[in-house]
Amino acid sequence: MPRIVIEQDKCKGCLLCASFCPKGLIKKADKLNKLGLNPVEFDAKGCLGCMQCAVICPDCCIRIYK
Amino acid sequence: MKLLFKRPRSLREIPTHYCPGCGHGIVQRLVAEVVDELDIRERVIGVAPVGCAVIAYDYWDFDCSEAAHGRALAVATGIKRMRPENIVFTYQGDGDLAAIGTAETIHAANRGENLTVIFINNAVYGMTGGQMAPTTLLNQKTTTTPYGRRADREGYPLKISELIAQLPAVRYVERVALYSPQAVFIAKKTIKQAFQNQIENRGFSLVEVLSPCPTYWGMSPKEAMDWIRDVMIKEFPLGRIR
Amino acid sequence: MKKRILLSGNEAIAEGALQAGCCFYAGYPITPQNELTAYMAKRMPEVGGVFIQAESELSAINMVFGASSTGARAMTSSSSPGISLKQEGISYIAGAELPAVIVNIMRGGPGLGNIAPSQSDYFQATKGGGHGDYHCIVLAPSTVQEAFDFMGVAFDLADRYRNPVIILGDGMLGQMLESCSIAAYGLSNSSKKRRKDIKKWALTGCKQRSPNVIKSFYLKEGDLERFNLKLQKKYKTIQETETRYEGLYLEDARLILVSYGTMARVAKAVVSELRKKNKKVGLVRPITLWPFPRRILQDLTATHKRISFLVVEMSYGQMLEDVRLALEGKAKVDFLGRAGGGIPTEKEIIRFIKNL
Repeated sequence: MPRIVIEQDKCKGCLLCASFCPKGLIKKADKLNKLGLNPVEFDAKGCLGCMQCAVICPDCCIRIYK
Repeated sequence: MKLLFKRPRSLREIPTHYCPGCGHGIVQRLVAEVVDELDIRERVIGVAPVGCAVIAYDYWDFDCSEAAHGRALAVATGIKRMRPENIVFTYQGDGDLAAIGTAETIHAANRGENLTVIFINNAVYGMTGGQMAPTTLLNQKTTTTPYGRRADREGYPLKISELIAQLPAVRYVERVALYSPQAVFIAKKTIKQAFQNQIENRGFSLVEVLSPCPTYWGMSPKEAMDWIRDVMIKEFPLGRIR
Repeated sequence: MKKRILLSGNEAIAEGALQAGCCFYAGYPITPQNELTAYMAKRMPEVGGVFIQAESELSAINMVFGASSTGARAMTSSSSPGISLKQEGISYIAGAELPAVIVNIMRGGPGLGNIAPSQSDYFQATKGGGHGDYHCIVLAPSTVQEAFDFMGVAFDLADRYRNPVIILGDGMLGQMLESCSIAAYGLSNSSKKRRKDIKKWALTGCKQRSPNVIKSFYLKEGDLERFNLKLQKKYKTIQETETRYEGLYLEDARLILVSYGTMARVAKAVVSELRKKNKKVGLVRPITLWPFPRRILQDLTATHKRISFLVVEMSYGQMLEDVRLALEGKAKVDFLGRAGGGIPTEKEIIRFIKNL
């Protein structure tokens, strides 16, 4: 089962990953991170490991495991 | 579990100063990935511009130089001529490469310097607060074209890639865009080719990257990518130019 | 073995640079320094170095920035209007603490001026020239031999202090032919050998070391101020250790002429002419214009109560200001100068002195 890990303290909440996730598994978090921004969070179920989120991320804060 | 995607070795573990959704973060990661994949980290020398990417050397984990605004290709020429064994590239925005540095760009290209140029075209000056760039589209609003760029007053968006593609010494010119993960993948492949060309001593290679600036386009990051796909590539068609 | 040949000042500068291990030259044509560029174009390939005719002076100085950042001994040359264009790059070189040598064979100004010899760029050379709080070391040769010899000094100073060095000559010096010994630095210091002297800070690729960065940009609060203080400390060391001048008849002179470069040759003739008539005149010829030899002028006023000074320049009083600053009002300072192509003659100066 593929899994993504988001480094939330580097995330600027641009939501590009969320826009391109084919399964809609990435959402904006309610809490604020160190940058004072709302990072994204990931619902672990159903990830295809397609890497689209990591490829589009401008802040290089997504790692993908399979 | 196998790690499928991680931060490249050549990109330092520090957050960038770029705005949310800025294309610089993507392209600088792509450059780092390509440097890792070609195994040239120990012999690459980057030249950072003046503009939003001015401190790119803080993000890349290899030798770098700054250059005065527009002069990156003159600095890179000096470096490469003295050290042909190194892989030298410039990373420049549209104001740097196509306005204040037009002469340096055209003449480095015309000399056929064995260099790699990563040209970020986001149709606006970001660092100084959203002024008109040479590549600003007609009718596009900026702080210095508040009613939209007009051809009879500001001229047309400058297609520097098409201009230099006319020069016999130029080896490779291609335009790519950042509007989807697939498009980012193509951008990476193209950047890799431009570095590969230099490794094989094939001469001047330039990759123009249409890149989002959500802040000064007044859009969300996703809207900015859609604008590249729907509007910008009509003015700046993608693909191999030379 | 000493070999003497007939060279113009421009050629002597170029050959002196090559003998000092210069292996990169970029320039753009401008009169009266074109012989220097042409000499480099011919000789650079022979020593395995790089010659580039750049598309502009801006580009040339930035190519020097790039070449110097790899640790190479790099230089450019131009004349007044072209040197104005290079100021941006010189400021960046000073800010990035890169060694580089910049030759200015001055011509008449302002603007396009003319191509006659002049010393009107003294302020520009010694007071910064570009933006920011920096100094170039400025050497002023007065003969073709010095034009040759000072290139080695210039490159050594540039490397030692990681600082731009300006050779300030004029069209007369650039064009005149004189016999010149070209063995001063010795051919053994070939360019290729110098190229292998890798400087620790240079950009060579980060093999077996952490990455090097060449930059002049300090955005974090306090960083730029700290960097400026570091520069000021360096400038102080340079002022204390690198000031050079030539003095003539300083033991008993009551009137001291102060002149540099081509002008000092005329001033020397005046001094020897008046000495024949037992007039107590002497000469201070600054060799470094920055750092300016203030100490000797101050010492002279301290030891001789009734000493006075006459500054003679091919400008309307630029070095004059440094002389006045050094003397702090403690001695009388007169001035004779011409610019825009005029050179004060021996007769003119002697007449001026008689009327003092």
